[in-house]
Amino acid sequence: MLTHIVELGKFGINELREFGKAGVLLYRVLICWPNFRKGVPLTLQQVYMEGVLSLLIIVVSSLFIGMVVALQGYHTLAKFGAAQQLGPLVALSVTRELGPVVTAILFAGRAGSAVTAEIGLMKATEQLSSMEMMAVDPFRQIISPRFWGGFISMPLLTLIFNAVAIYGAYLVGVQWLGLDPGVFWANMQDSVDFHLDIVNGILKSVVFGIAVSWIAVYQGYDAKPTSAGIAIATTRSVVYSSLAVLGLDFVLTAMMIRGW
Amino acid sequence: MDNLVEIGQLSFQHENGRAIFDSVDICIPRGKITAIMGPSGTGKTTLLRLVGGQLSPTRGYITVAGRNVHQLSRRALYQLRMQMGMLFQSGGLFTHCNVFENVAFPLREHTRLTDSMIHSLVLMKLQMVGLRGAADLMPNVLSGGMARRVALARAIAMDPELIMYDEPFTGQDPISMGVLIKLIRTLNDALGLTSVIVSHDVQETLSISDYVYIIADGKVVGQGTPQEVQSHPSEQLQQFIKGLPDGPVPFDYPAKRLKDDFLSE
Repeated sequence: MLTHIVELGKFGINELREFGKAGVLLYRVLICWPNFRKGVPLTLQQVYMEGVLSLLIIVVSSLFIGMVVALQGYHTLAKFGAAQQLGPLVALSVTRELGPVVTAILFAGRAGSAVTAEIGLMKATEQLSSMEMMAVDPFRQIISPRFWGGFISMPLLTLIFNAVAIYGAYLVGVQWLGLDPGVFWANMQDSVDFHLDIVNGILKSVVFGIAVSWIAVYQGYDAKPTSAGIAIATTRSVVYSSLAVLGLDFVLTAMMIRGW
Repeated sequence: MDNLVEIGQLSFQHENGRAIFDSVDICIPRGKITAIMGPSGTGKTTLLRLVGGQLSPTRGYITVAGRNVHQLSRRALYQLRMQMGMLFQSGGLFTHCNVFENVAFPLREHTRLTDSMIHSLVLMKLQMVGLRGAADLMPNVLSGGMARRVALARAIAMDPELIMYDEPFTGQDPISMGVLIKLIRTLNDALGLTSVIVSHDVQETLSISDYVYIIADGKVVGQGTPQEVQSHPSEQLQQFIKGLPDGPVPFDYPAKRLKDDFLSE
């Protein structure tokens, strides 16, 4: 019994220590804001690597998700004679929940894992150490641009996800199932509130962007410099990011529904 | 003699409590090649990281050019590092940049030189290590020896006072090893550098060193010129220098008695 309590205590202390180290890393990232001349090109390069290169998976996924939601929604709504409400159903589901959450989880799998593996490999091959010895701070050069690249990319990807998913729903609802396009768009316009639905969804994506980027850079920086260590860090990056996104989504939704 | 690096009463232990150094004193004379040798796992690379300020000692001090490395602010430490170059065991080349950009990296970071000046400087550094023709190659197509020469060109890009080599000869074929030995000696003399070589390749290291320290069990067990070290009466030193399989460092890892393992029921 005592052994179990000791083990539990050790586990708790280790987790707290990890959290503290991650907090210190975030603090250093925030104070090591890349300077304009060198930092902006590095950050833009990361927006390309993390954001633009994630476009394919985001666009394809959002198109199919929009189509599936429309298909499922149409058949359920039709039972109650409310098929014309398909537009609002899709738009609200996508802008409030599916857009930010699915984008963040896909982003964690595509870009977050890549960032973790890249930083972990740079550590294992002594690239970070050699940078330090050349009097160049790896936080400014490597960690900070990757964090800010993810932070900037996530809301932009979410907006693209929302637009493509709604277009997918339009293809199924209007082009395939024969809903009137005017009714589809007009009902959507009437039901969706810019601040409550669109802005809150974007706010969620901003928070998810911070969480996923933070976890990705920390897991890479803290990875053991071995092949097994990098594999573990990459897996952790995706698992922790996904769990964090789902947990934060609940908290944010509860806050938004209660009007903050 | 004027020392560029002075290490006094240095003790260091890892976070897991494993002690690496216990009251070690080492002086690195300016303008000379000093070798730090010892069996694997004795903390030779750790010593270089301590000198570079990447690790902090548990006790004692390290001064470089008269400044205590571990009492400097981050900014001052980075200023000091501009006077140091370090050649890592794996080279530490940036895999996303070609050879030219790797060597140009410190110049672009720390100077405001024009592109044409950086171009000339990088090609001069690459010419010194015989790789001017490889400027456009990516690190993944370089052999191990070439990668270290590129890393060497990058390490001297800022014209440092001190250059530290971490196991420069490990895994090199005889030709690459010969090239590296020649380069280390030539660069040291031509550029007026102070060099520290950490290695366990005895003959190669002794052939170019001016002074040698041998570390084992967290202490300096021998020091002197290569000739003095080679004729040192210590059994521990002779075992290391001659590569004898058994001696003060036993062949067998500590284990239970043979009888207990093979004859017990």
